Amino acid sequence: MITINPFSELSEFIPSIAMQAFVVVMIILVVVGTLMDIIHKKNVKHFFDNAKKAKKSATNTVSAGKKASIVLKTVASDVLTTSELAGKRRISHLLGMYGTIIFWVTSAIMIFNYSTPESLTPSILPVLWHLGVIMTCLGGYWFWFFLRVDVVAEGKPWFRVVKADLFVLSLVVTATFGLVWSYLQAAGVSGWDTLFLVLFTLSNIVLFGGVYWSKFAHMFYKPGAAIQKHLAEADGSRDDLPAPADKPKQFGLGIKREEPRHY
Amino acid sequence: MPTFVYMTRCDGCGHCVDICPSDIMHIDETIRRAVNIEPNFCWECYACVKACPQNAIDVRGYADFAPMGHKVRVLREEEKGTISWKIKFRNGKEKNFVSPITTKPWGKYIPKLAELEIPNKEALDSQLLCFEPNFLKIDTGLPELKKERLKQGVYY
Repeated sequence: MITINPFSELSEFIPSIAMQAFVVVMIILVVVGTLMDIIHKKNVKHFFDNAKKAKKSATNTVSAGKKASIVLKTVASDVLTTSELAGKRRISHLLGMYGTIIFWVTSAIMIFNYSTPESLTPSILPVLWHLGVIMTCLGGYWFWFFLRVDVVAEGKPWFRVVKADLFVLSLVVTATFGLVWSYLQAAGVSGWDTLFLVLFTLSNIVLFGGVYWSKFAHMFYKPGAAIQKHLAEADGSRDDLPAPADKPKQFGLGIKREEPRHY
Repeated sequence: MPTFVYMTRCDGCGHCVDICPSDIMHIDETIRRAVNIEPNFCWECYACVKACPQNAIDVRGYADFAPMGHKVRVLREEEKGTISWKIKFRNGKEKNFVSPITTKPWGKYIPKLAELEIPNKEALDSQLLCFEPNFLKIDTGLPELKKERLKQGVYY
């Protein structure tokens, strides 16, 4: 199962062009949803207003080269390794993030290049696709059952679903249905594989069509916020925060904060 | 001066929910970020402001006390054991302070109240708080401020 391209198998029943059209429609849904989100929440306007404020209270000028290096460092640290988060939340986010990227990229490659019955898919692609799906499930379910802060810090049960869950829930459900559909199709369980294909398609529509209502667009905003934070540190405005204490250990002993679990 | 949260900075870690003594910092159900659900009940203890690892919580000053742009910002650096304060006045003037988080070993000097002797009736009826003389080291009773020690003009 793990070395079989599920889209190539599927192309015996659904034409390749239909699958490609589905992917294009999903991309359009993401673009439209994100634009609507930007217009409704005015978060891009907030970013630019904040940048103007920071410029006013800047204490030193940052050269274009320095800015570029800050952006690169932020991408390498805050974006690619999620350094904003710590501990279990970071590992879970990295699993989910890289799993999803691998899942989506390999899906697109296989659908656009190897989605005909006679196409020979390099075995690395389906292996990566399954690996991505499994990583997404691991990171997503770990977050869902144990790490969601209202569940952990506020003692709410894991099965309480709120609007904030639309993104993570539709993502893990999509990955799960995709995995089950791939297994059933490879095992030749007809009927059930069609059911899970329909569920996989529907959950994809909810995931990509629900951008306006879900937290999907955080993957575009968060890097922007991280870059702004580091630029503010470099130009001395620091969002009006005090500068780091210049005499380390002058007072102290240093402590390690406890995890928030005292509800 | 209730607290508020910068949504772009908050990552919903729950430290403020955990530490708030008034239990008014909660997680929003739509965006899963921290929010002060009852600003009227916030007594500006700054616990959440200091605890936030992302420096995402700020305190909104009332206009009579902190008019137009006055800010109090806090940076807590655990590894250095310091809390830095920056007061920014509305004319742009700034004052900076650094204070220790604690000067004693972490968790060592927490009173073990469960191991203390149960107070008798006389102690319960007393105006003093439980074991107050011992903890304040005033076995002879609460200190009394004599009238003659007050400066002129302070009392009538």
